[in-house]
Amino acid sequence: MEPVAIVGVGMTEIMDNHLASNYADLVFEASQKALADAGMTIDQVDNVITISNDFFDGRTISSMAVMDACGSYDKNVSTVEGDGTFGAFYALMRVLSGSYETCLVCAHHKGSEGVMSLITNAMFDPIYERSLGIDAITSAALQARVYMERYGVSEEECALVSVKNHGNAFKNQVAQLPLKLTVEEVMASPYISDPLKLLDCSPVSDGASALILASKSRARQITEKPVWVKGVAHCCDAFHLGDRDLSSTRALEEAARKAYAMAGISDPGREIDVVELYDAFSYMELMWLEGLGFCERGEGGKLTSSGETAMDGRLPVNPSGGCLSGNPVVVAGLNRIIECALQVRGDAGEHQVEGVRTAIAHGINGPCGQSHCVWIMGGEA
Amino acid sequence: MENWRENQEIIVMEGRIKVPYTWAAGEVGTRYLETLRDQRKFMGTRCPRCEIVYHPPRRNCPDCFEECEDWVELGSQGELQSYTVVRRHHPQLSPLPLPFAYGIIKLDGADTGFLHILSDFQEGELAVGSRVEAVFAEEREGNIRDVLFFRPVKGVD
Repeated sequence: MEPVAIVGVGMTEIMDNHLASNYADLVFEASQKALADAGMTIDQVDNVITISNDFFDGRTISSMAVMDACGSYDKNVSTVEGDGTFGAFYALMRVLSGSYETCLVCAHHKGSEGVMSLITNAMFDPIYERSLGIDAITSAALQARVYMERYGVSEEECALVSVKNHGNAFKNQVAQLPLKLTVEEVMASPYISDPLKLLDCSPVSDGASALILASKSRARQITEKPVWVKGVAHCCDAFHLGDRDLSSTRALEEAARKAYAMAGISDPGREIDVVELYDAFSYMELMWLEGLGFCERGEGGKLTSSGETAMDGRLPVNPSGGCLSGNPVVVAGLNRIIECALQVRGDAGEHQVEGVRTAIAHGINGPCGQSHCVWIMGGEA
Repeated sequence: MENWRENQEIIVMEGRIKVPYTWAAGEVGTRYLETLRDQRKFMGTRCPRCEIVYHPPRRNCPDCFEECEDWVELGSQGELQSYTVVRRHHPQLSPLPLPFAYGIIKLDGADTGFLHILSDFQEGELAVGSRVEAVFAEEREGNIRDVLFFRPVKGVD
């Protein structure tokens, strides 16, 4: 793959309710921050991708409604409905096509303005599933049950993820929900849909983020700290929950295998320095760590309780606090990439992990991690 | 501008999007729902190549992309592959009063699971791998709720 770099990043604060900003205001803020970070002006951007979801926005063609806010006039634009990691993948392909040199990618979400359970219910099949009332949390609970029973993972091991990530969030200025928790407190939080308790679930969030991708020659002109995309892949599993072994991570394993091969990584546990993954629920961090190959299947809980994934561990996972500490859907995956870019640059601030050379960002799309997108980034082309 | 922001209450518009839709079940879905309604029977389709029996029935095998033309009658009992007891009632979503559960159920004769509601169970009675049976509505309309819910099969371990 021709080298492509992330040359600018911007995130709004993640909040439970960004009352003072509408969608467009959030997109404007994130875009401005990414341009300022890159030291670019909007006329130096030659094409734009916006990422959004119509149901969340409560409007159709939501992706076009924010074009004014990200400087798209007179530019080639396109849109992605899905997680930010997939939107950024499209932007990467545009740069790789050779037709574009710089692509601005923007994602926005205001969970505060809709009703999450009603909206996520609508992702399910209208003939066979929707009228049963299933939603994002109850479907995830079905996955958590299968995974935990198959591998003997305890609720306490999942709770450790919540303790760790909410604790990490104290050092991330954009995080919504830093919390000082104990495993006992997570265990004592009320069940929403067992085995998932309130503190196993990510919050409803508002936020926007943006990043700028540039071709090799442009990247070197724009910044002294380009973050190079070393490997990237995505892979999809079945849509219907009953068609899948919900404890399986085969789509993630395949995406990771391809991304590692592209990046020349043979031993991810040794070669990756930091991970930002999509922990919409605490159990997901364990499953995705296994799917990414950092431990054997079913060993994610042990890896976590050993402290290896803590800020001061061998492999810090979600030093930002992850989605558990703020989950603006569709933005959340883009934030994982941005967090990794900041880590590689050494610009992550208080939650900087020391000596990061290579980082992994991960996003999901569809119910219970139907599809996975894996990004590997590093400081050298 | 700065002074204006002090003590300013942000105006919030309220709305509700109501858009009627119709979703055609198609030929495959219609045959399935009709059989459920008229005969209280579950049907699946079988892939001619990998022989996986899909429930709900599918026009094509998602695995090998073959067209599934064989219909297979399935049992109205099956194995519970996963479940979650819902602890928070949602006025617009919850299909039954609490306590109820969601389950993924692999009916006898099927190779895939399907999503449905579980009710009429005791606390702690549900388990992965346990046997459950369908309870049909008296008045059936040709939709998935013609099955009221699944419940544990009594007296079987």
